[in-house]
Amino acid sequence: MNSIQKNRLKDQLFKYWGIACTLIGLVLLVLFIGDILIDGISRIDWAFITDLPSRKAEKSGIYTALMGSIWILLLTTIIAVPVGVAAGVYLEEYSKKNRLSAILEINISNLAGVPSIIYGLLGLEVFVRIMSLGASVLAGALTLSLLILPIIIVATREAVKAVPKSIRDASYALGASKWQTIWYQLLPASGGGILTGVILALSRAVGETAPLIVVGALAYVPFAPSNPLDEFSVLPIQIFNWISRPQHGFIENAAAAIIILLLITFVMNGIAVYFRNKWQKKWK
Amino acid sequence: MEITMNKIADRKIDLNTISSKDGTELNQASRIEAKDVKVWYGDFMAIKGIDMTIKPNTVTAFIGPSGCGKSTFLRLFNRMNDYVEGFKMEGKIKINEDNIYKKKINVEELRKEIGMVFQKPNPFPKSIFENVAYGLKIQGITDKKFLNERVEKALRQADLWEEVKGDLKKSALALSGGQQQRLCIARTLAVKPSIILMDEPTSALDPISTAKIEELIHHLKEEYTIIIVTHNMQQASRISDYTAFFYLGELIEFDKTKKIFTNPEKKQTENYITGRFG
Amino acid sequence: MRRIKELIIEKSLLSSALITIAVTVGIILVLAIEAVSFFKEVSIFDFFTDTQWTPLFTDKHYGILPLLSGTLLTSFIAISVALPIGLSISIYLSEYAPKSFRKTIKPLLELLAAVPTVVYGFFALIVVTPFLQQFMPNLSGFNSLSAGIVMGIMIIPFISSLSEDALYAVPKDLREASYGMGATKFQTAFKVVVPAASSGIIVSIILAISRAIGETMIVAIAAGQQPRLTLDPTVPVETITAFIIQVSLGDVQHGSIEYKTIFAAGITLFAFTFLLNTISYQIRKKYQEKYE
Repeated sequence: MNSIQKNRLKDQLFKYWGIACTLIGLVLLVLFIGDILIDGISRIDWAFITDLPSRKAEKSGIYTALMGSIWILLLTTIIAVPVGVAAGVYLEEYSKKNRLSAILEINISNLAGVPSIIYGLLGLEVFVRIMSLGASVLAGALTLSLLILPIIIVATREAVKAVPKSIRDASYALGASKWQTIWYQLLPASGGGILTGVILALSRAVGETAPLIVVGALAYVPFAPSNPLDEFSVLPIQIFNWISRPQHGFIENAAAAIIILLLITFVMNGIAVYFRNKWQKKWK
Repeated sequence: MEITMNKIADRKIDLNTISSKDGTELNQASRIEAKDVKVWYGDFMAIKGIDMTIKPNTVTAFIGPSGCGKSTFLRLFNRMNDYVEGFKMEGKIKINEDNIYKKKINVEELRKEIGMVFQKPNPFPKSIFENVAYGLKIQGITDKKFLNERVEKALRQADLWEEVKGDLKKSALALSGGQQQRLCIARTLAVKPSIILMDEPTSALDPISTAKIEELIHHLKEEYTIIIVTHNMQQASRISDYTAFFYLGELIEFDKTKKIFTNPEKKQTENYITGRFG
Repeated sequence: MRRIKELIIEKSLLSSALITIAVTVGIILVLAIEAVSFFKEVSIFDFFTDTQWTPLFTDKHYGILPLLSGTLLTSFIAISVALPIGLSISIYLSEYAPKSFRKTIKPLLELLAAVPTVVYGFFALIVVTPFLQQFMPNLSGFNSLSAGIVMGIMIIPFISSLSEDALYAVPKDLREASYGMGATKFQTAFKVVVPAASSGIIVSIILAISRAIGETMIVAIAAGQQPRLTLDPTVPVETITAFIIQVSLGDVQHGSIEYKTIFAAGITLFAFTFLLNTISYQIRKKYQEKYE
């Protein structure tokens, strides 16, 4: 074999290796989802969703955890979205190139890499203890809001940056102020991109377990929260709790609850991808 | 593929026996023949049936307005369009009687035979030496002495040796634009091709660097067949023996450069070279 | 009037941005204050040299090494899985795959990172460990091997997506120059494109390591809760993050030494990830300048 044939062979071999690697991740994902479906699908019925947790596996439902997740989602949206979008707009449109902007930039990039459990420790000390919110839904939502803030800020910046300069120029030329330009032109024009980022961030929040455990969310709550200061559990914690139990019935429950959680996560991701594609087309 | 390329390889052995007047080795240029070539990108027809024969040891200039298909046509000769998505081609292109669009052709081998210089100087982010030695190294050549000789020779041919001989280890990115482009030419020469394709090689350069490269092209003609795509009509008339005028995917006129620029057959050619459109 | 309104708006937007700084300062303060009060009771020397971590037992030892080794062991296994696969994927997608395939496959791969980690924990404990036990009868029910492998699968997209972005950003004319000289795609990828994108690839790897070190639920569920100074991947270990979860699940009084241990563990974890993130940020910064 001469060197050219050898090179061609290497080239071909790597190509198939690359395809194999690409597929292996996806195949594992499919196998894994298939396995969970087999374990859990038969357990899902209306009662599973509307029942309270119980000591007996076959009587347990996810009602309180699901409600807790919904509460967390709503409160986190209300808290994180305005702050994140405002910060993103500031950094992209107002911030000048100076030390403050450099610090903000490094800082946000760093925050995005801080492990979620560290946010839990922050939430435990600041929200639960110093602000005396206790292990409440509000304390959990505040903690998760800080966690997803960097994601929303980065998404907002990118979306706003993608708006063509001509739109800004046109608006300023008509005598609009900076804020008017942002409010009437930039935000509507970048809305799709921001929305994509927000949904992805929230889907991350729905699946978070560790920080909420640290904040003190409970594995067992008898009632769904009725106000922001109530105790709560969330779906991932319920799943974690069930996984830790030895009886097989609870494993089945865990699988069933995972199906619901994955459904929520994938639907949110799907919506995000849909918005992203729709929005990207607009500028191309 | 083996048959095709063995022929080229055989010819290369022959050429070692051919010597110029002063006794140094001479490379042997190749002949190109295109027959009824058609190219599509998806549904768009970029080349609409072109015949052309290019003689060895000549400089041929491709001219025409943007989007006329001259670059596409040039890139057919080393099958560079293969990587463009939606690319489809019909017809034959023969280099020394071998159809390079035959199924079994070895594209990598072909591209060693046909060098290419691009519009923007594109040195690899490596040292000057590594850039020039790249083509040899990917063929598996590791002999230090051989590499050193070839690199020096190529750099001399590209008229760059005197400027860089002291710092071959320096990053190629530190060179000026004109030097970078000559380095890219040296990189191409190092693998001893028989044809050199140039896709607007001076469009990103200043006039002095441009003049240097034009002079270089003039010398290289002795050993290579050169095809150059250019937007610059003066350049075409200065350096080429033959000129081909393309328009909307068709070859309008192809003749001796002198004829094209003084007495073109076609009205469209005349309009273009006199600057009435384009 | 209008100017005042504009000014108020600008300042309130600015204050939103400043919240992010408050968060960082908050994290550092909270961790530092609790850690300082922890180190009033436990000597720093013991913390870094004692080979046992038993704060919840009667015979208390506060050596972080067993937790650190658990963290590094699981992370190492995860990176050993994710790095070769992730890099191969990125090179395949950017250099070989048709554009349409690349466009469909990338978001699908990113789904791997979107799956909640508690779900991966389930996978590691209920599926992977029993599967591996068929070949390795000595494998414990809790072990760093399964946790590490599954974590590796989770972080594949971190490496593949970010590296692919870096590879894809390498100018096309460098590739063409290489092809033009008769190089195969393989040669072009490894001799030209990968070196040119190396900083971006390194950033992706550092971020993946940082992610693995901070990952909590997979290891808390599947690697066990037994702090142990070992490199044996078949036995239960405990990571820093898993320890924090273990303590948080119990009823721990504020001000107690147990409460403070999770902050001491936390600041160790934070120091590691902070260092990694800072390095990756600096590399990224430099690399952006190169291409702009």
